[in-house]
Amino acid sequence: MRHLLSTADLTRGEAIRILDTAAQMAATQSREIKKLPTLRGRTVVNLFFEDSTRTRISFETAAKRLSADVINFSAKGSSVSKGESLKDTALTLQAMGADAVVIRHQASGAPHTLAHAGWVDSAVVNAGDGMHQHPTQALLDAYTMRRHLTGGGTGEGQDLAGVRVAIVGDVLHSRVARSNVQLLHTLGAHVTLVAPPTLVPVGVEAWPCEVSFHLDEVLVDQRPDAVMMLRVQRERMSSAGGGFFPSPLEYTRGYGLDARRLGMLSERAIVMHPGPMNRGLEISAEAADSPRAVIVEQVANGVAVRMAVLYLLLAGDVTQDSQQDKAGQ
Amino acid sequence: MTSGPGLPPDSTPDTPSASADAGTTEVLGATEISRALTRIAHEILERNKGGADVVLLGVPTRGVPLARRLASRLVAVEPGLDVGALVGTLDVTMHRDDLHRQPPRAIGRTELPEGGIDDRVVVLVDDVLFSGRTIRAALDAISDVGRPRAVQLAALVDRGHRELPIRPDFVGKNLPTSLSERVSVLVEEIDGCDAVLIGPGGPGRGEPGGGAR
Repeated sequence: MRHLLSTADLTRGEAIRILDTAAQMAATQSREIKKLPTLRGRTVVNLFFEDSTRTRISFETAAKRLSADVINFSAKGSSVSKGESLKDTALTLQAMGADAVVIRHQASGAPHTLAHAGWVDSAVVNAGDGMHQHPTQALLDAYTMRRHLTGGGTGEGQDLAGVRVAIVGDVLHSRVARSNVQLLHTLGAHVTLVAPPTLVPVGVEAWPCEVSFHLDEVLVDQRPDAVMMLRVQRERMSSAGGGFFPSPLEYTRGYGLDARRLGMLSERAIVMHPGPMNRGLEISAEAADSPRAVIVEQVANGVAVRMAVLYLLLAGDVTQDSQQDKAGQ
Repeated sequence: MTSGPGLPPDSTPDTPSASADAGTTEVLGATEISRALTRIAHEILERNKGGADVVLLGVPTRGVPLARRLASRLVAVEPGLDVGALVGTLDVTMHRDDLHRQPPRAIGRTELPEGGIDDRVVVLVDDVLFSGRTIRAALDAISDVGRPRAVQLAALVDRGHRELPIRPDFVGKNLPTSLSERVSVLVEEIDGCDAVLIGPGGPGRGEPGGGAR
């Protein structure tokens, strides 16, 4: 593994390896001394062209817990707002000697370009690009599901075979949904997307999942083990924003997770949300604060998963790794 | 298997079987290993005046079963002891100084016995003592999880070629080797049999401080 750009690139073995490494990283985070010397002397650049609080802080925490130096670069107030291109920004980072670049960009494919254009030697981690991918979010979701839904412990070495997941909401604009569908499929889970017809992307039939327009039916028929609510942006309802749904109230009635739907879930089902939540729109306060909700735990797991990704990309000599992979095949 | 700590569990162990490799000789068999462990167990009790304060920490991979066996021997000698409170594992992968020279290593588990290691005597247990770098990493790892009163080192085989000022307190067998040789410890729990083998090293294996010992 040289870069982490998309969950579609991950094999089942690689995904399980990341999750297992994350489990060990999580174990170190319950200690009094949380910092490890592993990435001492390495530099991680957080290159954020789009606003983000939790993902950036999560990556920053992960890198610092592994003793890497962290440079935060946000587009606002930087040379990007003066019109610098991605290439020139990348060349600057290269000159500063970044070992890894964590990039969030509003354009789908920007991390791929950064990784493959030859501008930088660093490992590239996609922290969300446009409506394309957000692989570390999907990994932390899978890690959270594995902890709760596979038998005892952290579920080390296991995949998610037989786990049923419903992903509900604005699938059309969601990189979280795209990343999760691919990763969960790779790990053997059964995914159902639930969204109003206007928020289902064209070409979804090619995705390895089912699609439904009715949340109540899915909750009754599929008995999902995990319900993942996606964030809905209020501006999507105005005609300027695309007019995807007529009113927030109508969306909440059709697709919001409220107390009634919470009661329909099976005993062991968990409620997930990638954050930030719109309480009262896609998720009610009862659901968000219920004991089934693992939303805060997702944030904590995010640090462990990102530590694992940075460790696997930066700690070893990855050129030898690829040779070993080839030899092992 | 020699690469011991941090060997990725998914990689196939390149077990040097005596039949396949004519140059490999068995230095210790199951009985000798058992005797050596029994002696080390008694030495640990003798040195520490009993086992009340002792914590055995096995260094993954093969130090872990060795530490468990030592613990059950301690309990057999001093019935007041409890195996669960006596033995743990200590992963050193994230403290190694050779991480960047090798493919990413899988991280092992660190499990401390109940009550932790503060103010107790930690005995590190490893299969082969070679360059001493694993033990240096282990000492760093220990300081992250507590402050023991003292740290001692037990190794089943000491093959020499130290690169750091580290010496074992308890040794199963001193095994003078050349740098080009490869020492492998096999344990029942992982490899299906108990043996210490010595054979010619593979390419690049003789370098101390690398993966092989």
